[in-house]
Amino acid sequence: MAIIIKTTSNSQSLGAMRRPVHTTGWKQWVFTVDHKKIGIMYGVVALVFFIIAGVEALLIRLQLSMPDGKVLSADMYNQMFTMHATTMVFLFAMPMAASFANYLLPLQIGARDVAFPRLNALSFWLFLTGGLILNASWFLGGAADGGWFMYAPNSGPVFSPSNGVDFWVLGLQIAGVASLLGAINLIVTVLNMRAPGMTFMRMPVFTWMILVVQFLLVFSLPVITVALVLLMFQRSFGATFFDVSQGADPLLWQHLFWIFGHPEVYVLILPGFGIISEVLPTFSRKPLFGYPFVVFSGASIGLLGFGVWAHHMFASGLGPVSVAVFSVSTMAIAIPTGIKIFNWLLTMWGGKIWYTAAMKFAVGLVVLFTIGGLSGVTHAVAPSDTQQTDTYYIVAHFHYVLFGGMVFGLFAGFYYWWPKVFGKMLNEKLGTWNFWLMVIGTNMTFGPMHILGLQGQPRRMYIWTEARAGEGFFNFGFWNLFASVGSFVLAVGVLFFLINIVYTARKGTVAPLDPWDARTLEWLTTSPPKEHNFDRIPVVHHLDQFFHMKYEEDEATHSMKQIAQGEDLVRNEEAHADAHIHMPSPSYWPFVMALGVGILGMGVIYGVPVMVVGAAVVLLSTFGWVLEPATASESDFDSPSDDGHTKEITSFV
Amino acid sequence: MWLFLGSECLLFGGLISTYMLYRGRVADGPHPDQIYDIPFTSVSSFVLLMSSLTMVLAVSSAKRKDDARTNLWLIVTAILGATFVGGQVYEYTTFVREGLKLDTSLFGSSFYVLTGFHGLHVSVGVIMLLATAGIIKKNRITGDKPEVVELVGLYWHFVDIVWIVIFTLIYLIPA
Repeated sequence: MAIIIKTTSNSQSLGAMRRPVHTTGWKQWVFTVDHKKIGIMYGVVALVFFIIAGVEALLIRLQLSMPDGKVLSADMYNQMFTMHATTMVFLFAMPMAASFANYLLPLQIGARDVAFPRLNALSFWLFLTGGLILNASWFLGGAADGGWFMYAPNSGPVFSPSNGVDFWVLGLQIAGVASLLGAINLIVTVLNMRAPGMTFMRMPVFTWMILVVQFLLVFSLPVITVALVLLMFQRSFGATFFDVSQGADPLLWQHLFWIFGHPEVYVLILPGFGIISEVLPTFSRKPLFGYPFVVFSGASIGLLGFGVWAHHMFASGLGPVSVAVFSVSTMAIAIPTGIKIFNWLLTMWGGKIWYTAAMKFAVGLVVLFTIGGLSGVTHAVAPSDTQQTDTYYIVAHFHYVLFGGMVFGLFAGFYYWWPKVFGKMLNEKLGTWNFWLMVIGTNMTFGPMHILGLQGQPRRMYIWTEARAGEGFFNFGFWNLFASVGSFVLAVGVLFFLINIVYTARKGTVAPLDPWDARTLEWLTTSPPKEHNFDRIPVVHHLDQFFHMKYEEDEATHSMKQIAQGEDLVRNEEAHADAHIHMPSPSYWPFVMALGVGILGMGVIYGVPVMVVGAAVVLLSTFGWVLEPATASESDFDSPSDDGHTKEITSFV
Repeated sequence: MWLFLGSECLLFGGLISTYMLYRGRVADGPHPDQIYDIPFTSVSSFVLLMSSLTMVLAVSSAKRKDDARTNLWLIVTAILGATFVGGQVYEYTTFVREGLKLDTSLFGSSFYVLTGFHGLHVSVGVIMLLATAGIIKKNRITGDKPEVVELVGLYWHFVDIVWIVIFTLIYLIPA
């Protein structure tokens, strides 16, 4: 990459590359710093990983559907469940939440982008790099096989000699940096870039939940980074951290991992909670019940989440005092969660329910998460957890809260926001099929696991035999088969979603700008939004500002009467558009730096020369980044309409 | 920067906790009491502490819009930081010669990873300081110059404070 000496200078440059300006083709995606494009890229990649991890799950269920299963060897089985969980948690759930947060948070707070657009792009490219490195292991000697929690010493060089764990350690460190940078970016954005008049207690609940999640990430990611670093040094550089013969403590890994691991589960669920806190009020035609309670309970879940980690270690020999303390704190954390459930129910109570697909998924979350939460409460009781731990009862719990909770929340978000992001309405009929198949599939797959677990089926067991399968109602064989069939029902449900995407792209109805008569600011834009989001930054006087711009209280009847439609409001904004809107320019450097980090990471496995090359690319791209001109040119990218007519709706898909 | 430093607190917290757990576990090789050279490390700690003073002077010069002085103090800070790193390198080579390596014992592993990470942070800081001085010289700062210097200063002070904690816990408090 040659350094170009610029002779013209509108920014006194010395040897810096010019900024790219592509608005078409693949380059508009690779060099973009636009939060909306970055959000879409996160979403596409996360969806691909969702399918990969889903296939891994189906293979597991195939193996367990029959006695003496022959689908997967024990070794393959270990790799399969490790990668299924790792991919689902780190490469699907977190990035999909990042996709929603990236796209919607600036719009919800009335901003034009995030605080650090290039850093935002870097986060995406680092995530992709980490995900690719992690999955490269499949082709480069075998995937990681120590479980997603990768307990050391089992994951050390003696018991896990293949490179699989090394790829895992590296892929996650890189993805972790991506999330950390993203967290810093979003916090600064929320603190500094809210529209005038938007106090904290006028922010949408989705924005609040994302904010809490970012704080959780800032403080939990470094702890897993320490664990990963220690393991990396042990495996690749000969350190002795987990070498029991030297006196190492096997609990060190567990503590470090779970101090991250527990806040991590709140990182996973809070975005889903935030999404349905927008969806339920819109489709109940009622404001969210108890907004301050929902906000504060979200924040307390985040805070308390740092105080419960050892409930993952009840059977590890901590001793009765520790176990008792963590048991109590774990029970305590059910309280703010329960508060939210009641707030959602009371939001729907007395409302005029509009049962769109999005609403179905939102209600689904409330029901399924509650079921998962109830089994969670039983785990908090340490004596009963001693029986449940490492059995399928635990698998049932976390799949109900993660799949029934998080994934259903994400699907509600897909159906709700698809019109805004892509300018087309997802098909409601396909959506209904999607929903019911997923509900039935979820319950068929994970419901029986409660029984299987309490009857003694352990986790991570690659095979079961007829002789030990038990009798009557509790026969392992029957319920395992039932669950496996259920997993395929679930898969068909997901397939309906994919079909819906393709159908919508080809033949979907064009979306109006406010199809759901929604409440929050992201709807005060075209569908899809213009590159600069808002023609004029809105001034906020209320919570649910957009709703209050459309409806006013009638003094006589004390009911809300409509004073404007979404279209009128956006046209009005166009008429009063800002004259000069400066948007951040695209940049090469986030992509290049992520590439350098990837090379650096691979060097840990493949040798110091590779590390040196990677480090050099990172160092040079840092300088390139810092030294590049602030903007590509003085012109606006998308000038507001100046003839009074609403711009034609375009669609991305 | 504050958020980033907040996360770094947790990072070093984890590494320090690991060290505190493993400091006395010496199945093989030298024990902390036998190998630490407190006077030497005290001098190098003093150098790092003084670099925080010069950093404050740099920030103050930046606020007074005195570019020449700002650069002077940035470079002096960088030199002091580099001296500290040099001292660390000397310490490491001495320890290796005396039989303490990364793979010698739990104490060895924890010591090198903790102080190594710190040294890496100092080195990155030195690069940042010199780069900032260079960019000021070439007049390429587009934003608020005093703020940029202040942010670099925050990072530098953080690195220094972490060292004070490390120095106290690992060198001054006997194992």
